[in-house]
Amino acid sequence: MIDFLLYALLAGLGVALVAGPLGCFVVWRRMAYFGDTLAHSALLGVSLGVLLDINLSITVTAVPLLMALGLVYLEQRGILSLDTLLGILSHSALATGLVVISLLPDVRIDLMSLLFGDLLSVTSNDLWVIYGVATAVLLLLGLLWKQLINITVDPELAAVEGTNVVLVRTALMLVTALVIAIAMKVVGVLLITALLIIPAATARRVSQTPEQMAVAASVIAMVCVVMGLAVSWYTDAPAGPAVVLCAALLFMLSLGFRQRN
Amino acid sequence: MMNKPLISLNGVNKAFQGQNVLQNISLVVNPGEITTLIGPNGAGKSTLVRIVLGLIEPDSGSVVSAQDLRIGYMPQKLNIDPTLPISTCRFLQLANMSHDACHEALALVGISHLAATPIQKLSGGEVQRALLARAILRKPNLLVLDEPVQGVDVNGQNALYKMISELSKTLNCAVLMVSHDLHIVMSATDQVICLNHHICCQGRPEQVTQDPAYLDIFGQTAIYAHNHDHNHSLHGEVLDADGVHRHGEGCQHD
Repeated sequence: MIDFLLYALLAGLGVALVAGPLGCFVVWRRMAYFGDTLAHSALLGVSLGVLLDINLSITVTAVPLLMALGLVYLEQRGILSLDTLLGILSHSALATGLVVISLLPDVRIDLMSLLFGDLLSVTSNDLWVIYGVATAVLLLLGLLWKQLINITVDPELAAVEGTNVVLVRTALMLVTALVIAIAMKVVGVLLITALLIIPAATARRVSQTPEQMAVAASVIAMVCVVMGLAVSWYTDAPAGPAVVLCAALLFMLSLGFRQRN
Repeated sequence: MMNKPLISLNGVNKAFQGQNVLQNISLVVNPGEITTLIGPNGAGKSTLVRIVLGLIEPDSGSVVSAQDLRIGYMPQKLNIDPTLPISTCRFLQLANMSHDACHEALALVGISHLAATPIQKLSGGEVQRALLARAILRKPNLLVLDEPVQGVDVNGQNALYKMISELSKTLNCAVLMVSHDLHIVMSATDQVICLNHHICCQGRPEQVTQDPAYLDIFGQTAIYAHNHDHNHSLHGEVLDADGVHRHGEGCQHD
């Protein structure tokens, strides 16, 4: 009993740790819809994995990664506005995923756990994956931090000053896809973006530099995980939604503070 | 050294989705010279600037830059999400510069007191100054300015243009500037290029304003070279109100 609670806690904290800085970029770069699209495509990844009998971890990671690359390409081409493009891809991915899952005759998939997370069923294997990915993502963010801030502030200025904008932007998209793949277990497809955005938005109110905001977002997200798990433990509420609910409550509380510049 | 161009474009063409935006553009920017690019909306001015900056590739034609070309770029405007906490000083440091160099640049454009202010809280004119500071930080020999006075009131525009031409002299760098209002920048410009997908005319400002191609686009009103007879500070106070009316170069009355 203590084991699965400990696993759940560690998994949640690992995801929260990396969701902080990444969520900041999602907020700064207005990528919320992008995050949703990748999350929905992760569901498609599950159904494809089951359909083709491939390890789910692989398809759940690969489909959002491919989706991210496709989006970078389509955005570069500039055929449709990004908003419309995301709307089409996001909901087609979600719908396809749901239809494929319902068509599989012999498989019983717990749709609720895919959509809203299943934190209490985390295995030690999941933990390895989560911490492996989290470490890699944090390293990459740290390495590219300056360039990432620079292309967020003004991509053209950054390009004139010598930053490879396409490369850095692609890296950020791929990293987002990876984090979404590991966050799926914790809060589920429909709530991943919430875990990215809400702690970052809360952190904004107490931060004066990008770095402060990234660290604060991590800490806040971790607090939300602990609170959410506690709520789930005592009330039997599903853990993922409980974590997001705590994040929303903390955000509302933070509105009481005067925003620091 | 003075006669070797910083950047030269030769027969540059660019089309977007079948629409010719730039046709057969050839131009040369020499060290220390101020070049002003004018033209109606949609004439391809920004596209041309982007080609000079190397942000987009021309479909055909060549762009040759000097070995030692260092560009300082000042974009039209900044669009930073308010959720990104970033001070003006930090914004400048993104150009890969030391804290001291940033403060120096802020002092040069007269906004040292705003170093710690979030960049999103600056007014239109202050943002332009911050952008100018970031552009000069890299010790450029070519400043590229895309409509540097957008969102600035008329007095602020004059002050900003004056600052740009003074900075180009003290830093000994050339300027390539997009502008709508030739009459303000006339006096400080060495070369005017009038663009409407192709180069309609180019030359010294007095020549260009007499050119029929220029008059076609800008009409008679633009000929009057109005030289302000006094200066304004940022806040619009008259700085040098000696009451003497100085005539501009194109001015005919007495």
